[in-house]
Amino acid sequence: MAEMWINMGPQHPMTHGLWNLRIKVDGETIVDAEPEIGYLHRGYEKIMEVREFQKNVVLTDRLCYVSSITWSHCYCLACEEMMGIEAPPRGQYLRVLTNELQRIASHLMWLAAYGPDLGLLTALLWALRERELFLDLLQLITGARMNQNYPRIGGVRNDMPHDFDKYCLKVIAHFRKKLKDHEQVFEQSKLFQMRTVGVGRLSRADAMDWGVTGPNLRACGANVDLRAMDPYDAYPDLSFEPIVRTEGDSYARYKVRMEEMKVSCDLIEQALAKMPEGPYRSKPPRRAEGEGFRRTEDSRGEALFYVIGDGDDRPYRVKIRSPVYSSIFAAPLMMRGNKVADVVAIMGSIDVCVGEMDK
Amino acid sequence: MTGHLIDLYAWSYALANFVLWLTALPVQGIAAIANVATGSVPDPLTGTLVFLDSEPLTAFVAVIIEINIMLVWAAALNLFTLMWIERKLYSRLQDRRGIMIGLGSFDFLAATLGRIPLLGRPFRRPSHLGTGYLQNLADGIKLIQKEVITPARADKWMFHAAPVIIAVSTLMAFVALPWSEGMWIMGSYETRIVGGVSTPVPVNPWGILFILAVFSIAPLGILIAGWASNNKYTLIGGMRAAAQLMSYEIPLALCVIAVVVFSGTLDPFELVRRQSERPFTFGQWTIPWLPNWYVLNPLMWIAFIVFFISVIAESERIPFDIPEAEAELVEGWTTEYSGMRFGLVFAFKWLRALVGAGLISILFLGGWSGPTFVTLGAPNLADITATYSIPILPQEFWFVLRVYIIFVVFVWIGWSVPRIRIDQILNIGWKRLVPLSLLAILLGAGARAWLGGF
Repeated sequence: MAEMWINMGPQHPMTHGLWNLRIKVDGETIVDAEPEIGYLHRGYEKIMEVREFQKNVVLTDRLCYVSSITWSHCYCLACEEMMGIEAPPRGQYLRVLTNELQRIASHLMWLAAYGPDLGLLTALLWALRERELFLDLLQLITGARMNQNYPRIGGVRNDMPHDFDKYCLKVIAHFRKKLKDHEQVFEQSKLFQMRTVGVGRLSRADAMDWGVTGPNLRACGANVDLRAMDPYDAYPDLSFEPIVRTEGDSYARYKVRMEEMKVSCDLIEQALAKMPEGPYRSKPPRRAEGEGFRRTEDSRGEALFYVIGDGDDRPYRVKIRSPVYSSIFAAPLMMRGNKVADVVAIMGSIDVCVGEMDK
Repeated sequence: MTGHLIDLYAWSYALANFVLWLTALPVQGIAAIANVATGSVPDPLTGTLVFLDSEPLTAFVAVIIEINIMLVWAAALNLFTLMWIERKLYSRLQDRRGIMIGLGSFDFLAATLGRIPLLGRPFRRPSHLGTGYLQNLADGIKLIQKEVITPARADKWMFHAAPVIIAVSTLMAFVALPWSEGMWIMGSYETRIVGGVSTPVPVNPWGILFILAVFSIAPLGILIAGWASNNKYTLIGGMRAAAQLMSYEIPLALCVIAVVVFSGTLDPFELVRRQSERPFTFGQWTIPWLPNWYVLNPLMWIAFIVFFISVIAESERIPFDIPEAEAELVEGWTTEYSGMRFGLVFAFKWLRALVGAGLISILFLGGWSGPTFVTLGAPNLADITATYSIPILPQEFWFVLRVYIIFVVFVWIGWSVPRIRIDQILNIGWKRLVPLSLLAILLGAGARAWLGGF
């Protein structure tokens, strides 16, 4: 068969959002791939220049609706650095707590999407069932299931409710048990291994060159976890081992995320145990001048905010670095030589969130 | 004592007689008027009446009626039931309740029939708390209402012919697929001596062969559909479907050969008759209470497993549903179809699963044989010590039960594993299943040679 280009997108079940992956196929084999993005560009960096520092949290929540808190958190950290303030300890712990809850919820959303990608719709419902528990937890703290608008410059919006830790520990214990079910339908299934082991291999050097970060990079054998490498907030007080796999294939990426959920459970338990008393929010200045630069470990990789203030009550310039933006352009490297059916096995394992990618 | 409830041909014949009698009524009226008016009936009218009353015409109409009944039974009732089973079952696997449209979902029924004191109760339930059986009917009605869109640059004739080829070829299998000893279309009666009494028994020497033959027409239709839609997704889907279905036809047919070598017949009725015999015999060992189902014979296990897998692949169910892999190919070769054209190609999957489950049941699981009471008092009064058996439930029940249980296993497998890749599917087909099915033939032949077969 002659080679031909196939558009997988902008509206396609594979995309999980609005972007286009053009693949060049020779029969069933992928010869080349070419991501096209920009369908969801909303001009975030520009919009943020006309809003006050604090009000921008509403916007950064919506960068990735699956992982709102981690993004707002990153923005708040950058602003705090620019303003020269720091959140009180309880605020820092609450941030870490909600961050990790959000990370689990986000990874479960990825797991839910990965199932139908591979033809396993049951996994979607199962993962969403578990995600519901964590959304409930977030709702208890923040009052909202999505777009929580919770982190604030200088802390968090409100304290956690009474008895929250009891309920949270209960959910975590339940979730640890349920995670075994997910492992049964995924990694203990021979068919899942056939689909993912050795598929979409990315070497460590390539991953570094293309700026792939987060779980995708850790699956390639690089021990890069900003929570441990460049710790922020309460992370220095908490002990955890970043999950690293060396294979660099779809299975490794899957495995890293699955293990990360367990690590997040540990972190939540530690944060709850060490939760200090005291205020949870300090008052930030209304106007600020200077530069704030902060990178955090988002659910999908390295999130970065660079905020410049010129003495006004709103940022002069904001730069957002999205991890997916980099990861997605490494897709052709993973894609070449694989089959058409592997597109979903690879792109699903990268965990694409178009909202943050197109900004 | 016959074990079947439905005698399809007799029923159809009676109905055909009635229909032809109704048709003849006006002619008879005219003939009576003519008789009064002229003193004699004109020859053409007499000829028409004789023709309407003739045996060949009645038989012909009976066959037409038979086919219609079978189509409604297989393509409507069982199709809806299978879809319902699948949707309910996978919903339960996914921790939800699934479709729940019921009679109570119709507001006008609740407002009218629901007012009747006791009998109106089912209609008074809160809406969407029913069994959900009507959902598929509603989906079908929706599909009929929708516009049939032809893609601008599609090959129109081929595009519209493909669903017909696919649906018709699949439905043709029901002609040869018997549901019991009385519910069949293709076959004839042969007089045999059963228990000292000469009884007419149904035979159809090429039944299984016919089913396999029509089973392999559909890939052609799918290829045509994929190509004629003029769409890259459908093209790849069609190619995949053709490659997959054709390569799984081979182990499927080879497993049937194993059964044929083992049993020595291609006749579904004969296969079931042999499997319903007791005791279970394997060489010198016998188990009195166990029937002779081929699946119970260790030498047929490989054939059974390979056949089962091939049927799943042939009906494009999930581990093998790459032709319509919705994640990467949108809907595969069915992408461009809309309205009832889509309904036809969509129903194809369940119809094939139905035929496949029926084949598994007939070839390995004893078809429609069921438990019986064994009593004294033979039908031939000459020998009153002879026993004869009364079936507990009609054969149709046992056959449908088996088909549904097999289908439940299909669904169970299908919704708990991911789908596999085309190259892996072809590898499994050619490198695993074909050699295994050849081994199954060898085992079948060995069983026939050394154990005497059945």
